[in-house]
Amino acid sequence: MKELLMSLKKSIKAAAFALLLGSTAISFSTLFSTPLTSTVQAAEEKFGPEVTSFFLDNGLQVIVIPDRRAPVVTHMIWYRAGSADEPPGKSGIAHYLEHLMFKGTKTIKNGEFSARVAAIGGQENAFTSTDYTAYFQRVTPQALEDMMTLEADRMENLVLEQDKIIAERDVVNEERNTRTENNPGSLLREAMAAALYQNHRYGIPIIGWKHEVNALTKDDAIAFYDKFYTPNNAVLVVAGDVDAETVKMLAKKTYGKVKRRAEPGVRNRPSEPEPRAARRIEMSDARVRTPSFQRLYLVPSYNSDEDGEAEAFEVLAEIIGGGSTSRMYKSIVIGKKIATSAGGWYQGGALDHTEFGFYSSPRGAATLKDVEAATDEVIAELLKNGVTEKEVSRARSRLVKQAVFSQDSQSSLARIYGGSIILGSTIEKIENWPKRIGEVTVESVNAVARKFLKKKRSVTGYLSPERIEG
Amino acid sequence: MRVLSKNKLSPVSVLGLIALAVVTFVSPAFAVDIKTVISKKGIKALLVEDYTVPLIAVSFAFEGGTTQDLAGKEGTAQLLTNTLDEGAGDIKSQAFQEMLQDNGMSYSFSAGLDAFSGGIKTLKSESEGAFDLLHLMLNKPRFDLEAVDRMRASRLNGLKRQETNPQSIAGKAFREALFKDHPYSRPTGGTLETMGGLMPEDLEDYRKRVFARDNLVVGVVGAINEEALKAMLDKVFGDLPEKAQLKDVPEYSVKVGEDSHIEFDTPQTNIRLALPGIKRDDPEFYSAYLVNYILGGGSFASRLYEEVREKRGLAYGVYSYLGTYDHAGFLGSGSATQADRAQTTVDIIVQEIERMGKEGPTQEELDKAKKYIIGSYAIANLDTSGKIASVLVAIQQADLGIDYVDKRAEYIAAITLDDVKRTAAKLYSSKPMVITVGRTVK
Repeated sequence: MKELLMSLKKSIKAAAFALLLGSTAISFSTLFSTPLTSTVQAAEEKFGPEVTSFFLDNGLQVIVIPDRRAPVVTHMIWYRAGSADEPPGKSGIAHYLEHLMFKGTKTIKNGEFSARVAAIGGQENAFTSTDYTAYFQRVTPQALEDMMTLEADRMENLVLEQDKIIAERDVVNEERNTRTENNPGSLLREAMAAALYQNHRYGIPIIGWKHEVNALTKDDAIAFYDKFYTPNNAVLVVAGDVDAETVKMLAKKTYGKVKRRAEPGVRNRPSEPEPRAARRIEMSDARVRTPSFQRLYLVPSYNSDEDGEAEAFEVLAEIIGGGSTSRMYKSIVIGKKIATSAGGWYQGGALDHTEFGFYSSPRGAATLKDVEAATDEVIAELLKNGVTEKEVSRARSRLVKQAVFSQDSQSSLARIYGGSIILGSTIEKIENWPKRIGEVTVESVNAVARKFLKKKRSVTGYLSPERIEG
Repeated sequence: MRVLSKNKLSPVSVLGLIALAVVTFVSPAFAVDIKTVISKKGIKALLVEDYTVPLIAVSFAFEGGTTQDLAGKEGTAQLLTNTLDEGAGDIKSQAFQEMLQDNGMSYSFSAGLDAFSGGIKTLKSESEGAFDLLHLMLNKPRFDLEAVDRMRASRLNGLKRQETNPQSIAGKAFREALFKDHPYSRPTGGTLETMGGLMPEDLEDYRKRVFARDNLVVGVVGAINEEALKAMLDKVFGDLPEKAQLKDVPEYSVKVGEDSHIEFDTPQTNIRLALPGIKRDDPEFYSAYLVNYILGGGSFASRLYEEVREKRGLAYGVYSYLGTYDHAGFLGSGSATQADRAQTTVDIIVQEIERMGKEGPTQEELDKAKKYIIGSYAIANLDTSGKIASVLVAIQQADLGIDYVDKRAEYIAAITLDDVKRTAAKLYSSKPMVITVGRTVK
């Protein structure tokens, strides 16, 4: 994902970035009804849908987001179960199970769910992250009940047979080849994450380490399924051409019949110790044609922060690393002319402590050391003199404006609400996001920068064609 | 959050474009109210008014694209996509970038083989400013040497990375084998040599030749009425020259060449296959679209998905598509798997192509494909204003008629089993060309 960020042309605005990243999806959480900063007119125009939330007796939370423009609904089920919830030695099981969820149940044979989606021209997919796994279909409103019936069914009735799921493990291996093994940049990021997180399972790749994936079995998948796939550990999001009453009625009729299968309890994953040592990762690979530099800092997420630190990071990322007017780009690419790219990002959407990152790729005769020194110079200047009032107000305004664009897509809205609530947010918090961004001050931005952008909290990564000297 | 998906999204064709056909299906239940609007200066646009969300989406395309790059100047159109926003009129790069960011509009430009395209999304409240900025980018870009140098350096970096990317290596071989001496064989992004030589005057020369009114199509969706749209059309596009100066691009009949293997040390072998195909305006287009869906166009439901991924676990992604361009058509297919299983994967794909040529689809497959293709239109293409604006542009580019959105389902429904069997026999009966990039198995 980060590679996308780095290679995308700057003219594709941050709006597109955040969608691609998924992570910063929360930064998109727009919207609605709350007075925005004075520079933003948008608040006076028609703003956002009336979002409803309720719980079924079995503990399933249901979110309804109306969007009546087209006869389409997006139906998504989110589980509080991601790769960071896996037992030691079983890396990749959350993602492997996601693939296996398409293999049929006691009453629905392998592939039938997908066939029924395709039969009505629907779209479907599923995705796994460090903190959640989600499944979705986009269909016409008439098909919603059928989708809910099928999704509720596979929440409790999955059937797996060892000999029939081996081929899917090979598919996962090929997925790893496509995403990671074929791409030195991905291998570097994998190594950097493993170094940044010294104790937390965020350091282990979502897709799993190859040797562990190859040893995963049906029993591992079923154990993970039985522990986490239960209505009281899930959030259902329905967005589109449907009203809350209908969704409530259908949800009771379908998901309402699923028993509480487990009590997953509080997600206490191993947490990070206070970092003491700056770390460096240097990787070379004959396939590398253009060297690249990255720096990651361990920082709080929207869920693990205190007093609006995440919102301050969001504004900081915009000022120091967002696009071609950012401090990094202006100093390193335009001013010093030693890099073809330079920027930064904040990955706020995570349950536990997460990443603030910088990247750059040297230009001409410049080296990785040169761009690292230039990056450090921009950071040092920031820490010394802080950001300006003008920078903060511009960044706030841009972030809030970009958020409005997500209203144009029911899939984005479904993803924003589902992805935020599954990570501990609430509808109210999502709706208040523009207001909170509007309240970010020079002092709060300077405070998070000075507290967290410390070398000892960081990992520096070099990717180069040949061995790095020294 | 890092996120993995169960399935690859739409396979991108080797030419870096998604076949036009992707945007062209309709649910009979859904009617989009499309109006034709013509400005005082005679600029035409298709409009869908919608005030649900306070946004306006504008898409446009100039016929031309990368085929209009001069010989030896390959990459001009693509470099132009990166430099239009680097200052315009009296406003230099940084100041212009700040204006764009403060306005909050989202915008993008792209250059494919046949068209130079662009689009913006703007808040209704900021739209006047956004239209001014778009006017400046299209009419008065500065192309200061500093900015061109900077963007060229970034492009060159990208080209260098492609040298060791198995997909790019395969794409290059594929393109050259299919299109030989035709302009379509040229690299859309240029080479290290041609990109390295591009100067501001090359960009301005391209802009003057290609950005004109007679090769322009526009689609607009959102919170804007006809009168406001007319004013916008004249403001943004009204000062462009009346006629484009386009080089003729010859029609080309694709003939597939010899199989080839490119040795490259990478864990996963990239596989591409091709056959001669048809163009978008071919009478058999809808029939071919259905056959392709059945073979490998459906993401979770296709013969290739079933045989390659589901039954044997050979690959994460396997696909087929119709490569339909203005002057040529081909059928493409591909996958990626570890070296020692590459031959098996190729054999299965070739077998399925042969089987399709011999037997064609079954009635059941055809019925399912029709249902999917008719039903998926609204779901896939009409749910955001940006996507609808793209549809409005595509309808005009392919000259499908303003009633296309409503008629589409009828066109699909009318295809019979005899039609698809005939099309399958015609298109899939020869041996496909196979290109692989990866390690040789010892």
